[in-house]
Amino acid sequence: MSFETPDDRKYNESHEWALQDGDTVRVGISDFAQDELGDVVFVELPDVGEDVTQGEAFGVIESIKAVSDLYAPVTGEVTAVNEALFDAPEQVNEDPFGDGWMLEIGLSDEAALDELLAADEYADQVA
Amino acid sequence: MALRTPPLRGRHEEAGGSFTDFGGWEMPVEFAGIRTEHEAVREAVGIFDVSHMGEVEVYGPDATKLMQRLTTNDVTALSPGDSQYACITDEDGVILDDTVVYRRPDEDETPTYLFVPNAGHEDWMVERWTEHRDEWDLDATVDDRTEDYAMFAVQGPDAEAHVQAAMANGSEVASLSRFSATMATVAGADCLVARTGYTGEDGFELVVPWDAAEDVWDAFDGAEPCGLGARDTLRLEAGLLLSGQDFDHEENPHTPYEAGIGFTVKLDTEFVGRDALEAQKEQGVDERLVGVRLIDRGIPRHGYDVTDTDGEVVGTVTSGTMSPTLDEPIGLAYVPTDLADPETHLRVVVRDRPKKAVVESLPFYQR
Repeated sequence: MSFETPDDRKYNESHEWALQDGDTVRVGISDFAQDELGDVVFVELPDVGEDVTQGEAFGVIESIKAVSDLYAPVTGEVTAVNEALFDAPEQVNEDPFGDGWMLEIGLSDEAALDELLAADEYADQVA
Repeated sequence: MALRTPPLRGRHEEAGGSFTDFGGWEMPVEFAGIRTEHEAVREAVGIFDVSHMGEVEVYGPDATKLMQRLTTNDVTALSPGDSQYACITDEDGVILDDTVVYRRPDEDETPTYLFVPNAGHEDWMVERWTEHRDEWDLDATVDDRTEDYAMFAVQGPDAEAHVQAAMANGSEVASLSRFSATMATVAGADCLVARTGYTGEDGFELVVPWDAAEDVWDAFDGAEPCGLGARDTLRLEAGLLLSGQDFDHEENPHTPYEAGIGFTVKLDTEFVGRDALEAQKEQGVDERLVGVRLIDRGIPRHGYDVTDTDGEVVGTVTSGTMSPTLDEPIGLAYVPTDLADPETHLRVVVRDRPKKAVVESLPFYQR
C-alpha cells in the first residue's frame, strides 16, 4: 500500500504536515497517519491565540481504538482552528491534506521549516 | 516470546488485515475499518477469527462434578448440545476468568464438556482443573485443545442464512435456540456450531478442526471479515465484559455481583467461591460496574478516573470507546453503589479535565 505525500508541503517524523502560505502555516496529519489510526472520532485542538512550540504536543486525536498526541511542526501563535472537525472528525480520514486540516499557525521563524522532512524524505519513512 | 499465530494468518494478511498482540496471539485488529466492520455485523453479517480463545475439554465419569465445582453456573442443567455463560472464581468469589461451558452434542459414553477460557488463559485453567481434580480424587480427563481447534464467530442478522448455506449435511440451524449447539459438516469438516456470540446480535460460533480452518473460513466469503477492534466496540455496546480489562483478579479484582453478572452464580450449587458470594449477596455490594455516557466532548478510556460532581475520585473506567452505532462516547466503570443508579451524574477525567457524564443502564444497545 502506498500513501500520498504531496510535495507542496513538509512533514514531521511524527506524521504531521506543514503547508506554508506567506507567514502562515497550515497543519494537519498525513495520509499514512490517518490510515494507521483508523476511523477518527475525536480531535482536541488549542484555541485561537494560544502558542504552540515546534516538537511539542498541541492537541490530541482519537480513533475508535487509539489515542495519539499531535505535535506542532513549527512554533507560533494559533491563528485559526478547523472547528468543522469537532462535528465531522471523519474529514481527517476522508481528506487529510485538504478539509481535514487542523490549525493555522502564524510563523515566527521561517527557518523552522528547514528542520522538517521534505516530501520525498517523508515518503521514504512511511514506505 | 514469539507470538502464536492463528491458522489463517496468511489469509488475513491477504485480506488487508492489520495485526495486534492479544493474549500472546498475533490477531487481526482491523480489515476494512472498525466502523465498516461494526456496521456489517449490526446490519448484515460479519465473520471473526477468534482462534486465540482457549478450548479445554473435560470428560469422564466425574466430569460434571469437576465442572460444577469450578464454575459458578449450574452445569447439571446442561444436556448434550446446551451451553451456558459462567464465571470461574477463587475462594473469595473473585472472578479469575469468564467462560462459556458447552456440553458437547457428540459426547460418547460420559459427559464431555468444552469450555472456552480467554486468550492465553488455557494453561492456567488446565492447571487449576487438574490440581482440583487430583485434590478431590475425581475421575476426569482435562485436555487442552486450544491448538487443535480454530474458532470463528459469524454474527449479525444475516448470520443464520449464511451458516445454513455453509452446512452440508442437511442440519437445520433455524431451530437452534440461543446457547444451543449442534455438530455440522462445513466445507467437509466436522464442526461444533453454537448459537453464541459476543456482539449483541444473533449469531453463531464454530469450533473448527485447526487443519480445516481455511476451507471453513472460505465457506463464509459473503460475510465481512472483522477484527478485534470491531469485536470490542460491538461487545461494549452490548454491555458484555472483557476479561483482563473489566475484571482482572490481580489488577482489578471483582466478584460476579460487582461486575453485574450475578446471573451466572447459582448459589444452590457447590463451587469454589460459593460461600464468599453468598455472604456478599446477603450484605450487598459496595461498588458496581455501570454504563457511563459522556455528555461533554471526550471519550472515556480504560484507566480514566471517575469522580462525583464535587470532584472526589470514586471509581475507574474499565472500557470505553466512541460507539459506532449510537455515535456517543460510552464506557464501563466501577462506581460506589449509591452512585450506580441510571441518570446519576458523574465526571470522567480526560487528560486532567473533568467531563460531564451520566450513568446509563446496560446494555447500551439491544437488537
